[in-house]
Amino acid sequence: MKPTYVISENIVSSLGFTAAENTDGLIKGATGIRIHHETTLYPNPVALSLIDTHHLDQRFEVILNKFKKEHRAGSYTRLEKMLILSISDALQGIPVRVDDSKLILMLSTTKGNIDLLEDRYTAKFDHKRVYLWALAAVIREFFGLANTPYIISNACISGVMALIKASRLLRSAKYDYAIIAGGDIASEFVISGFQSFQALSSEPCKPFDLNRKGLSLGEGCGTIVLSVNPPDVSSCSILVAGGSVSNDANHISGPSRTGEELSMAIDTAIRESGIVNNDIDYISAHGTATPFNDEMEAKAISLSGMNEVPVNSFKGYWGHTLGASGIMESAALIGSMKMNCLFRSAGFETPGVIEPINVIKETIYKPVSTCLKTASGFGGCNAALVFQKI
Amino acid sequence: MDKQITAYTYIGEGKVVVNKRLIFYQEKITTFAEFIKSLYKQEQLAYPKFYKMDSLSKLGFISAELLLRNENPGRFKPGSLAVVLANSSSSLDTDLAHQESIRNRSAYFPSPSVFVYTLANIVIGEICIRHGIKGENAFLVSEKFNPGQLQEYVSDLLDNNQAEACICGWVEILGSNFKAVAALVEKDGSLASLKTEYNPLPFTEAALNELMKVN
Amino acid sequence: MDELINKLKKEVIAQLNLEDISVDDINPDAPLFGEGLGLDSIDALELIVLLEKNYGIKIEDPKDGKKIFYSIRTMAEFISEHQKKA
Repeated sequence: MKPTYVISENIVSSLGFTAAENTDGLIKGATGIRIHHETTLYPNPVALSLIDTHHLDQRFEVILNKFKKEHRAGSYTRLEKMLILSISDALQGIPVRVDDSKLILMLSTTKGNIDLLEDRYTAKFDHKRVYLWALAAVIREFFGLANTPYIISNACISGVMALIKASRLLRSAKYDYAIIAGGDIASEFVISGFQSFQALSSEPCKPFDLNRKGLSLGEGCGTIVLSVNPPDVSSCSILVAGGSVSNDANHISGPSRTGEELSMAIDTAIRESGIVNNDIDYISAHGTATPFNDEMEAKAISLSGMNEVPVNSFKGYWGHTLGASGIMESAALIGSMKMNCLFRSAGFETPGVIEPINVIKETIYKPVSTCLKTASGFGGCNAALVFQKI
Repeated sequence: MDKQITAYTYIGEGKVVVNKRLIFYQEKITTFAEFIKSLYKQEQLAYPKFYKMDSLSKLGFISAELLLRNENPGRFKPGSLAVVLANSSSSLDTDLAHQESIRNRSAYFPSPSVFVYTLANIVIGEICIRHGIKGENAFLVSEKFNPGQLQEYVSDLLDNNQAEACICGWVEILGSNFKAVAALVEKDGSLASLKTEYNPLPFTEAALNELMKVN
Repeated sequence: MDELINKLKKEVIAQLNLEDISVDDINPDAPLFGEGLGLDSIDALELIVLLEKNYGIKIEDPKDGKKIFYSIRTMAEFISEHQKKA
């Protein structure tokens, strides 16, 4: 299978505005999850990972000036600012014009500008901005992209799915470059919804832990640029080697009880990569810290014969960033590969799933060449992606 | 034989068409809920979970149900039937209902059965549960029906053997405006069951555009 | 109690979108989950919302739900108990 190369990556989160700032934070073991008391987001205190608005606006002004935009910062929504920051950082130094006809943007988001449904925004923004295609149009217009972006909105696997689809489109020579950008904000809309599911933890989430009580929501963006052409200057190349998507066909919100369907996606992705399950050095799991998700994932990992493979979840650092999670976490996984560093699974202390899996307890440096990213979401969907270093 | 559309359904403007046959028609629609319930009852679909679905899922679910009814989806290898759907408003129809439930802090009752449907891909989940479909699935959003994007996405799956067949289409609803077109695309059209009433169409952008028009 | 049971049946039918079910179809002592109405995990969460919305009763620990929502009658008894305390 024709390889697709990682050219650049970015993460915008509570820990920082670049991939480097974020991996610094991960190495230090920092978490961006705090207990927030501001009642605009939710009536009661809630554990969230939020981006500092002041810093976001400061950084955005810089980008506005750089791109010589006439619009004021106030004409962009929170999510648009985050996405534009993330994409512009990832575009730095890439060897292609951003308006090239063989460049495509894949946008991954679950709820887009959903905060615009609130009364306080009805006068400020055109109601059409709530549509995901309107959000994509703002991003397209900002960068002057030639092609209509793809918009993937498929619950929490959107990010991984967008990466998989991008690599497939590049491989079939439809495009030479793909910008895969994902973002979601922490809105009252989403917080209240997960609360109605009794799915939120009152403290920072603890993926795979015995005492896990649910997820912590977060906001963030991730961008990864892929190409059929290898990066110009690099000590190593990282490839997207294979990917697969499946469905549990079991329940619209509860995951499969057996993990077979996620395991099927994992095995297919690995097979497509031309390697075997034993070759996987590290798994970046979805690990949302709900009782059922983590149990199901552990079963899937075990069914695929990878109980010994070091596994972590990034949700303890940034919370669950929904449509951004697959891309942010893949970008962190790429960081792991570049630095030969396995980050500890923040929030994990005591093993809490039935199937024995090897959750990373302490950050360690060791060779990392072939990695697996998994994700699962509402609607019973699963996705698995393999990255390889050559 | 190349990729073929071997079956399709169309729901819109009060009409329901399956493989060129008009099977249901309501000249004056009062509400979508009434329309879809009448259709459900006429077709004797007997699936109690139907009533728990939101409008988008009801629309997509019935489209797929009518599409697959005479197609024997069991003939596809497990995991080789894909579902790729798209629309313009994502789950906005239900988003508005959820937003309404949290608008007023003094009457703050977000409902999990509403919230779960504030993700457009749930309609795919419902279809997969009903038919035991475990393969590739994706939900795309575009301003208008984009047959080029849909054709590109689905062809890629079939050409690279990620699927043998795919249920693909457009399922859109916002308030009282709704339209759904679902097509069964098969990698090797010659494997399709013999049809007397409908000849398979080649899977092209032009064919998808044709299906979006009322017959 | 019978009046509350009847009222509850109607509310449960409405809250859970049990459209083809009538009040007479529900046996107040039959288990709500498992067999019969075929309720699932989302329905269990909806019943928690029903109690809060219609009766102002907040369930602190969702695990208590198993006992409370066993049947229409156990729900009615729970509500009755709470209304006496209020």
